[in-house]
Amino acid sequence: MIVGEQKPFEEIWDMVKGFKRVLVFGCNTCVAICHAGGNKEAEILASMIRIKAAEEGVPMEVRHAGIERHCEPEFFEPLMEEVKTYDLVLSTACGVGVNFLSERIGNIPVYPGINTEFYGAVPQAGVFTELCAGCGNCVLHLTGGICPVARCSKSLMNGPCGGTNNGKCEISQEVDCGWYLIVERMKKLGALEKLYQIQPARNWSTARHGGPRRVVLEHIKDLEEEEQKTG
Amino acid sequence: MGGIDNMKSGSNLEKVIASGKPAVTAELGPPMSADPHEVIKKANMLKGYCDAANITDCQTAVVRISSIAAAVLALREGLEPVMQMTCRDRNRIAMQADLLGAAALGLKNCLCIAGDHQSFSAAGKLKGHPGAKNVYDVDSIQLVGILKKMRDESLQEGGDKLEVAPKFFIGAAFTPGGEPMDYRPYRLKKKVDAGADFIQTQGIYDIEMFKSQMEKVRNLGVHERTAILGGIIVPRTAMMLRYMDSSVAGVSVPKVLIERMMKVKDAAGDDKKKAKAAQEAEGIKIAVELIQQVLEIPGVKGVHIQAIEWESAMPEILKAAGLYPRPTFPDA
Repeated sequence: MIVGEQKPFEEIWDMVKGFKRVLVFGCNTCVAICHAGGNKEAEILASMIRIKAAEEGVPMEVRHAGIERHCEPEFFEPLMEEVKTYDLVLSTACGVGVNFLSERIGNIPVYPGINTEFYGAVPQAGVFTELCAGCGNCVLHLTGGICPVARCSKSLMNGPCGGTNNGKCEISQEVDCGWYLIVERMKKLGALEKLYQIQPARNWSTARHGGPRRVVLEHIKDLEEEEQKTG
Repeated sequence: MGGIDNMKSGSNLEKVIASGKPAVTAELGPPMSADPHEVIKKANMLKGYCDAANITDCQTAVVRISSIAAAVLALREGLEPVMQMTCRDRNRIAMQADLLGAAALGLKNCLCIAGDHQSFSAAGKLKGHPGAKNVYDVDSIQLVGILKKMRDESLQEGGDKLEVAPKFFIGAAFTPGGEPMDYRPYRLKKKVDAGADFIQTQGIYDIEMFKSQMEKVRNLGVHERTAILGGIIVPRTAMMLRYMDSSVAGVSVPKVLIERMMKVKDAAGDDKKKAKAAQEAEGIKIAVELIQQVLEIPGVKGVHIQAIEWESAMPEILKAAGLYPRPTFPDA
């Protein structure tokens, strides 16, 4: 899932204070699980903005709404007419949602209410950890299912570096050394020899470094276009 | 003995290693300043007391005179530099451009390392640049491979031809006491497989640990394909030894050594000057003992001595360790 955190309220207030009609728009999937931007969080944030506006004497109408997902049009299209009546949408979806809505909403600004952080898991309630960097060229079969790109602070392909300390990363005793975990995991799998091979310099063009990425499934795209033609 | 024609780089360090005599490298940290004089001063202190000196590449991620520029300043003074290149600050394009430039400027040794994370730069009183973006396009092992490909195949990493290849003597680092310890010799082997001609180790105080790691290294045959230089960090105070034991990754200091320094310090009583001088004298003694013990270990071809911000200690250390004068070679 995508993990995010609500922006500091002062920053949000600075963004919204000049607008008269504001919609706080929640997304009830990933960012709801991490309690950052679900429909419930959108409702609370809308109340906080209303209180602040009242305290500051700023006339402002603040409402909230929410949908299941901001990243697919069918979820927000039914609400589009209403959404377009506001002069600001404060989206609490991830950055994908903010981008996607911005492209479709015409001349109304869409501002981010949360900071989108990473692809993560929930090892325990209230804790979210980054496990994948979305680099577009998965090597988890070589590293015991532990990602060196996401979980090594230096994204080394042939780690661990000299900074491993008590199994932790040199950046902090709070952060596990990804490569320490990889080596120990490969021992348990009886596959340590895989790590004796040099991993060559990567082709990072599959990651963000190759420019914005896009995946097209021609068969599905064609089918959809065909259906639209035939009605 | 191979002549200069058989040399990979023809660097002084390579010649000393080829001669079979124990090699000595030192370390020179460039200043946080555009003033060349500190480099020149340190270069003149180290000249004659090492075969080559590492010029650190923004160590602890702190902005300093670049390794290449400081290496050229040292070279002008007659001190052979080992330029260091971290993977933190440059992608493969910048790395190769800098390597070509460094070779064109007459540099012949290059040590390939990952580099300290940028968060280190804000340690102590410095503001540093903890918000910097790091690069790590390639890692240290891949960088070694890039240098080798450029030197031996006259090819860039991407495959384009180099009309004149940069002839570097290629170095890499080894942390024998780093975790997971049983994997470290294999990782060292990867560096040598990639093309590392010489290896400088992290500072060693725990000789027994290093002996046992070197045995594993010898069992892999790695010591025959590269020159391993044992790392010696000259201790200056009991506090420094304690700090290294507790806080420096991959370094452990036996209690006896810490106690030995403490004893000397305590014997000086409240006289701070006396305590400082006594600890420094003991630190030099310890360094000399460590050098001798490290050089006795089979497969070790020399020492990398770091007298951090204490270059003036090098003559005494080398003389006491029987490593002075350094070998010289007639110009080819």
